[in-house]
Amino acid sequence: MIKIKNLSNDWKSFKINDINLQVEAGEYFVILGPSGSGKTMLLELIAGMWSPDSGKICIDDHDVTMFPPEKRGVGFVYQNYMLFPHKTVFENIAFGLKVRKVANDEIKTRVNEMMELLGISHLADRFPRTLSGGEQQRTALARALIIYPKVLLMDEPLSALDRKTRDELMQELKEIHRKFDITIIHVTHNFDEALMLADRIAIMKNGEISQVGTSTEIFRHPADKFVADFVGVENIIEGTAEKDGEKVTVIDTGNISIYSTEQKKGHVHVTVRPEDIILSTKKVETSARNVFKGQIKEIIDNGALIKLTVDVGDPLVVFLTRQSFLDMELNIGKSVWTYFKATAVHVF
Amino acid sequence: MRKLDYTTIFFAVMGSFLVLFIFIPILNLMLSSNPSSIIANLQDSEVIKSIFVSVYSALIATIIALLFGVPLAYILARHDFAGKGLVESIIDVPIVIPHTVSGIALLLVFTSGGVLGLPFSKVGIIFTDAIPGVVIAMLFVSSSFVVNSAREGFESIDPRMEKVARTLGSGTLRTFFVITIPLALRSIAVGSIMCWARAISEFGAIIIIAYYPLAAPTLIYQRFVNFGLSDSTPVAVILISLCLVLFIAVRVIIRGWRTYDKD
Repeated sequence: MIKIKNLSNDWKSFKINDINLQVEAGEYFVILGPSGSGKTMLLELIAGMWSPDSGKICIDDHDVTMFPPEKRGVGFVYQNYMLFPHKTVFENIAFGLKVRKVANDEIKTRVNEMMELLGISHLADRFPRTLSGGEQQRTALARALIIYPKVLLMDEPLSALDRKTRDELMQELKEIHRKFDITIIHVTHNFDEALMLADRIAIMKNGEISQVGTSTEIFRHPADKFVADFVGVENIIEGTAEKDGEKVTVIDTGNISIYSTEQKKGHVHVTVRPEDIILSTKKVETSARNVFKGQIKEIIDNGALIKLTVDVGDPLVVFLTRQSFLDMELNIGKSVWTYFKATAVHVF
Repeated sequence: MRKLDYTTIFFAVMGSFLVLFIFIPILNLMLSSNPSSIIANLQDSEVIKSIFVSVYSALIATIIALLFGVPLAYILARHDFAGKGLVESIIDVPIVIPHTVSGIALLLVFTSGGVLGLPFSKVGIIFTDAIPGVVIAMLFVSSSFVVNSAREGFESIDPRMEKVARTLGSGTLRTFFVITIPLALRSIAVGSIMCWARAISEFGAIIIIAYYPLAAPTLIYQRFVNFGLSDSTPVAVILISLCLVLFIAVRVIIRGWRTYDKD
């Protein structure tokens, strides 16, 4: 378990400000944020590469704030791998064991096991510069994991890789997390990675944590406009919220009135996920509270999914599968009905 | 073949002036003295002794420069601190001041009554007209080669590589010797050889602080003054050959050394 208390550090243009965070043992924790948000510095602080201006870091209830990196028992993986270029793949992986003065025979067995696990046995005698990005990152992972760290810290580990390798490595990270029963903190700016891998996600902005929660919580209920924008929420509409009866809020956007089951008052933002909106060419009877007629303004073909923008007074983004798009014979300017439930409307 | 435009041809003609200006005198010098006089000089004990003084003192000066210059280079490469610019300037000052001035400055301090000469003389190290004097004169004028080259080497190594090594359990000093030094070794080697070659050719500072024992450049000067050109030329040829061999060694190392960051 990692506990971070009131952690602050300020160095040149990098800054983190009064961070409080708790990562449970065995958790896959993703820190998500745009570049320059201080993610890397937070990770390097946990690893002990800096001493913070103030605050405390505890790993497994030990205060390690003043410990040097070599005494913390953390593994670190960087975006650009940082393999030792003058050492072979084998020597790179063996490094942590050699420092610990493990017997040569045991080093051999353990490194071979680790290479096998990551599918890089055939690269043992190669130098890092001759490897592909994916191979380098596997080597970097093996090097970090071989010392059985309590915590594995990864700084944008997949960002330098092509799509296919990234997907493969994501699967492997999941496996590794399960097999090693290790606490992982993974820093990224890519929401897909967070969705795929994270038990919980922290959103970071300008050196501060703006929200912590499961992916569903963050996806469905972004804490503020920044989080909503950042995780790629499509429909963000501004309006004024007022109570309407016992459990319902009505939000007047100036053009339409949207109903939500969430309780808020005053100036608000409203989000509806595109996949929660139903589209129909005819008016149908439904339990959905929000029903709007509009015209199709824009059609974007994303391959499997078609993204439609419907002007119902405010623009609404809706996703359709290719098949239903074709079945409904939609085109720009056509009038359609949109439906979504009051429970699908998030107000903040 | 690519067609050359007039600008390129003009610049090439202008540029070749400097190349020829340096190359012709050296080539002429190498060819000017006859082989028999060179062989005769190689058997002259005074010549051999002076070359030994230069090469040996330069080697000591280089080792001292390495011992103190590498840590300094690492600090300069990795840390920002108040007065860093001043430290950098101090290291480079010997390049810009006349070498005889360096000699006078050193003599004032290292003479047996000087601030540094006095304590050293108590333990039996005398600088004036002695090998230690030659060594400090060389160290003074050539140590910046080691510092600047090593620093460049350290700066080319991503500090995050050192950080990773530390998370793997390696302490700072071990990381320095196992990761940093091997990766910077080429730059350090190049700097050392440059430092050594520069030290061998030092003259100005040496004649002020230690005219004797005769270093090779001092001997050449002495023979030129006393006996003229024909007597000094063979020694000059021997010394220049030695320096060129070192210089070629540097070029070979720069090209041939395995670079880890490139294919």
